[in-house]
Amino acid sequence: MGLQVKTMAEWMAEGKEPEVLFWVGSAGAFDDRAKKITRAFVKILNQAGVQFGILGTEESASGDVAKRAGNEFLFMMQAMTNIQVMNAYNVKRIVTTCPHDFNTLKNEYKELGGEYEVMHHTEFIKKLIDANKLKVSSSMVGKKITFHDPCYLGRGNEIFDAPRELLKLTGVELIEMKRSKRNSLCCGAGGAQMFKEAEPGNKEINMERTEEALGLKPDIIVTGCPFCNTMITDGVKYSDKQDETQVLDVAEMIAQANGL
Amino acid sequence: MEYIPQILFLILIVIGFGLFGKSVMRIRRNILLGKDLDRSDNSSLRWKTMAKVAMGQSKMVVRPVAGTLHLIVYIGFVLINIEVLEIMIDGLFGTHRVFAPLLGGLYTAAINFFEFLGVLVIIACAAFLYRRNVMKIGRFHSTEMKGWPFKDANYILIIEIVLMSALLTMNAAEGAYPVGHEVGGPFFISGLIAPIFAGLSYETLHLIERVCWWAHIIGIIFFLNYLPFSKHFHIMLAFPNVFYSKLTPKGQFDNLASVKKEVELMMDPNADPYAAPPEADPNAAPQRFGAKDVQDLNWVQLMNAYSCTECGRCTSNCPANITGKKLSPRKIMMDVRDRLEDVGAIIDINKGTFVDDGKSLLHDHITPEELWACTSCNACTEACPVNIDPLSIIIDLRRYLVMEESSMPTELATVMSNIENNGAPWQFAQADRANWVTED
Repeated sequence: MGLQVKTMAEWMAEGKEPEVLFWVGSAGAFDDRAKKITRAFVKILNQAGVQFGILGTEESASGDVAKRAGNEFLFMMQAMTNIQVMNAYNVKRIVTTCPHDFNTLKNEYKELGGEYEVMHHTEFIKKLIDANKLKVSSSMVGKKITFHDPCYLGRGNEIFDAPRELLKLTGVELIEMKRSKRNSLCCGAGGAQMFKEAEPGNKEINMERTEEALGLKPDIIVTGCPFCNTMITDGVKYSDKQDETQVLDVAEMIAQANGL
Repeated sequence: MEYIPQILFLILIVIGFGLFGKSVMRIRRNILLGKDLDRSDNSSLRWKTMAKVAMGQSKMVVRPVAGTLHLIVYIGFVLINIEVLEIMIDGLFGTHRVFAPLLGGLYTAAINFFEFLGVLVIIACAAFLYRRNVMKIGRFHSTEMKGWPFKDANYILIIEIVLMSALLTMNAAEGAYPVGHEVGGPFFISGLIAPIFAGLSYETLHLIERVCWWAHIIGIIFFLNYLPFSKHFHIMLAFPNVFYSKLTPKGQFDNLASVKKEVELMMDPNADPYAAPPEADPNAAPQRFGAKDVQDLNWVQLMNAYSCTECGRCTSNCPANITGKKLSPRKIMMDVRDRLEDVGAIIDINKGTFVDDGKSLLHDHITPEELWACTSCNACTEACPVNIDPLSIIIDLRRYLVMEESSMPTELATVMSNIENNGAPWQFAQADRANWVTED
């Protein structure tokens, strides 16, 4: 069965409003690896029967990358355009699989006229479970995993528990890296680094982090950010460990546990 | 003649506090060179944060060894300074241990407690010296710590040891007074040192006691005047610095009001694109987007620079620095302070006005290479025991680079034109944004 996805325009044409807007984000829409996370999350939404809409072709970059790179003009133009679109659809609640967009939409849009309740997908899935709309099968017993905190989810917005609680429901054994939660080490992608060569140094940040994770010999390194996913996937490949260790998003873990 | 010591003491105090006051006003003036920023909101949470982070040292003890040692010196410093009150009264009125007869047994207990703390402070300072000079812990030996910053740290520790030793020696000399001359006591720890003075006459002992008493108060006044020129000024500014620190989520960056106005105008369909701009105020400082120099930063960022004690926890947690990049958040803070001191000196020389010296914080102190190494991960702000925010300064400098100098790594220039043209960092058409729904 294909994905059940409706755009906000389609909802509006039916004269209805969905419960929540799923903000896909540029990575989630265009990056091949991130698209798998997007699809996994939609499968979960479909299983839980969530009525959600996407902006589809009306969505544009949130402006996070522009802002962190110092281009406040471009950020504001993106933000104000997106806010106009979302306000026209009377959007009140947003869920997104990208911690960067989560942070920007939640914290930086409100001063510009975009006041929404914004949730990271791990928080949103947690709520679905708490409301008995979704069950997670503990079918992944025996797997050893570690969780890498995305900076803009963890330190940036103090969300440490939601992803960990979800992961435990899948039956896996969660082991923590020495640098975790508040003291987590960045994957190296934030602040627009994802899109540029690193400055001269003696090591790549993603290798520093991946080596720490691989040191625990996990079956899976889990994260909650498309950029972290790319950086750590690259790190695992560079270490030639891709046959032993997978890199997955929390949404993919839940989807896999539930056989979606 | 008998009033001479009191007069000398009065002169010492007046000059000592006068000079200190002058230094404090200079720093205050420098901090206020920064732009306005309203942090008067949410005062109950601010007080709570200050109680926990500054007074309670909650972020210091994240590193247990350094944290515990620091806690000892901090508590010792605060409590032992209660004794300075007595020294002041004694010095001005020619009394000796004025509180002893008033407090009786409580006084003996208090001094015993201070002596105990004093010994702990000496041990902690010695341990700090050991960590810096013998163990050579990495973060105390990075490039920005060469020269004065390294010496500064040692000077502070040595002064503290000297001050505490003077106090103990003074009490010990008194403890050795022959029968008939006893004052206060018994004090346990100085009592252990007292035997070294055995056999000395009362006059000699009294002289030793006086020398130590004066050495202690002169040392305190010297230390007080050393502070404003040292990283050690954090003992004053840590409290307001935490009080005025950012309370919003770490991930949230400020929105530049000046840019917001321009963009709103651009996007307003009713705005007249040919309207003449309003008459500019000829006295207004030229508006810059982002920060090039210290005056473009806000006062909290400048206070951050004076509050930094160069412990280097930010730098040792910075992913860029860990992997050998030039960026060091501590250096950013030290650079801001150095440049601000230079700007302040220029203003002093030119009787209150700043004359452009052809230098600026950006480029002359902080290079674009350092700025572009930042991942904005907030490890530095999390690590700082006094809530300093180097990240906000890095971003303000980046803003200047990008918006005023159009200078950025070429890949980022491409990313920005992609966002402008097709609404994504990559070169994909916006029309393809929902293709993932049907692909598999």
